[in-house]
Amino acid sequence: MKTKTPSRLEKILTAGHLAVTSECGPPRGSDPEVIVKKAEMIRDYVDAVNITDNQTSVTRMCSLAACIRLKLMGLEPVLQMVTRDRNRIALQSDILGAASFDIYNILCLSGDHQSFGDCAQGQNVHDIDSMQLAQTVRRMRDEGKFLGGDEIKRPPQMFVGAAANPFADPFEIRVPRLAKKVAAGAEFIQTQCIYNLEKFEEWMKMVVDRGLHEKVAILAGMTPMKSAGMARYMKNRVPGMDVPDEVVKRLADIPKEKQAEEGINICVEAMQRLKEVEGVKGFHVMAIEWEEKVPEIVERTGLYPRPNID
Amino acid sequence: MIVADRKPIEEIIGEIKDKKNILILGCNECVTVCEAGGKKEVGVLASALRMNFLKEGREVKINEITLERQCDHEYLEEIRDVIDQYDAVVSLACGVGVQFMAEKYFELPIYPGVNTCFMGVTEERGVWTERCQGCGQCILARTGGLCPVSRCAKRLFNGPCGGSSQGICEVSKETACVWHLIVEQLKVLGQMDNYEEISPIKDWSTDRAGGPRKVVREDVKK
Repeated sequence: MKTKTPSRLEKILTAGHLAVTSECGPPRGSDPEVIVKKAEMIRDYVDAVNITDNQTSVTRMCSLAACIRLKLMGLEPVLQMVTRDRNRIALQSDILGAASFDIYNILCLSGDHQSFGDCAQGQNVHDIDSMQLAQTVRRMRDEGKFLGGDEIKRPPQMFVGAAANPFADPFEIRVPRLAKKVAAGAEFIQTQCIYNLEKFEEWMKMVVDRGLHEKVAILAGMTPMKSAGMARYMKNRVPGMDVPDEVVKRLADIPKEKQAEEGINICVEAMQRLKEVEGVKGFHVMAIEWEEKVPEIVERTGLYPRPNID
Repeated sequence: MIVADRKPIEEIIGEIKDKKNILILGCNECVTVCEAGGKKEVGVLASALRMNFLKEGREVKINEITLERQCDHEYLEEIRDVIDQYDAVVSLACGVGVQFMAEKYFELPIYPGVNTCFMGVTEERGVWTERCQGCGQCILARTGGLCPVSRCAKRLFNGPCGGSSQGICEVSKETACVWHLIVEQLKVLGQMDNYEEISPIKDWSTDRAGGPRKVVREDVKK
């Protein structure tokens, strides 16, 4: 089947396989070994690896450099790019930089507000927003043009992604906001971490009813909980997160030393259930600073070995 | 109006500590409404400074004047005849007034007595909130009369970010998500179709990004 880009992620999805992506957070320092180690742990278990872009507004090694590192290792990076820190010049410039290393996937985000991070007194840019960034990449790729209208020599070939929060309110725009991202040019979606399965399934039904599942590949976001404490933190402190009480209770009801294992169980059970949901095209497993658990999760969900597509 | 807030008195004292003849200059417009720099606040600041200098045993003359505005030549001219007797002015006008004073009476040091905050409204007595950033190209027609440039912490143009929850902004529990409000308003107005239209990339050249701005009206000029 023909794809629009050389992206392995796009090829896997186009071939009708459930895709598996994961993410690595770059280090707060310049040691490349941190990324190399994380990537080695998961390389055979995922189709592509997102590199976060100064997530939670904490200054880290840049996503682009870490993506290049992955590419040089033979992995498939997904360049996460937030509109918080760069204006349209820098965004387009970094896209070209990534394209020069044949990075074929990008995830367009607005980014957490800087007040959460280590530079709370800093400015934010937000020259364009995440939807406009998706539009920009599509224009650069499909029309071979800069925002300013000039022609790009050797345009980027990137499979364009965006994030979605199935639990967001107001309710009226839960699906329209996805429709808008699709209209802006998003070809794959990685969702917010899913713990409330019923609510997610409800959302997927609305997405399917509107036919959006045929226009965009939805990868369900999964983050295993390490402890009841983490579940409570996610529930109460992380903006936009929907963690049902029974998930917190299930973890809290068992001894501390067993909670991590139970967190993995919850994650695997959820993935097994969501595999069957119409419109779910794969999973984005975000095991935060717990990358070593990704292989187990992927195996237990029956998603290993990964299809060999190239 | 332009909303300002009072500067800590220690900061003002730090600036004028060597002065002998000080004019505290209020403004009868916005800063009066937001109770930061009108006649009343001029009086309060002048009294506090007098007490401070008295305690320090220093003789410092402090006078109070409040002008109709500090952003117009004609009102600033009203003090031309008396300004020479002062060796410093603390202006309680917004940053605009402070600068216009400094331009006009450039031989005299002018100190700001307030922090100029934003363009906003009086939500209730003692509570002022932002409404406009003067981006130079108003889009309120498309957003139900609510501004995402001034009221969204990420100035998003196409809907709420993932951090908005139950109508509250991720940045502060005290702040409403303006995109939540916009959607509610579009519903009321029967304009939900507006929501799904992708807002084009904004031309920021009329904003601060384009450099200091100017409005010239030939039809109004003399």
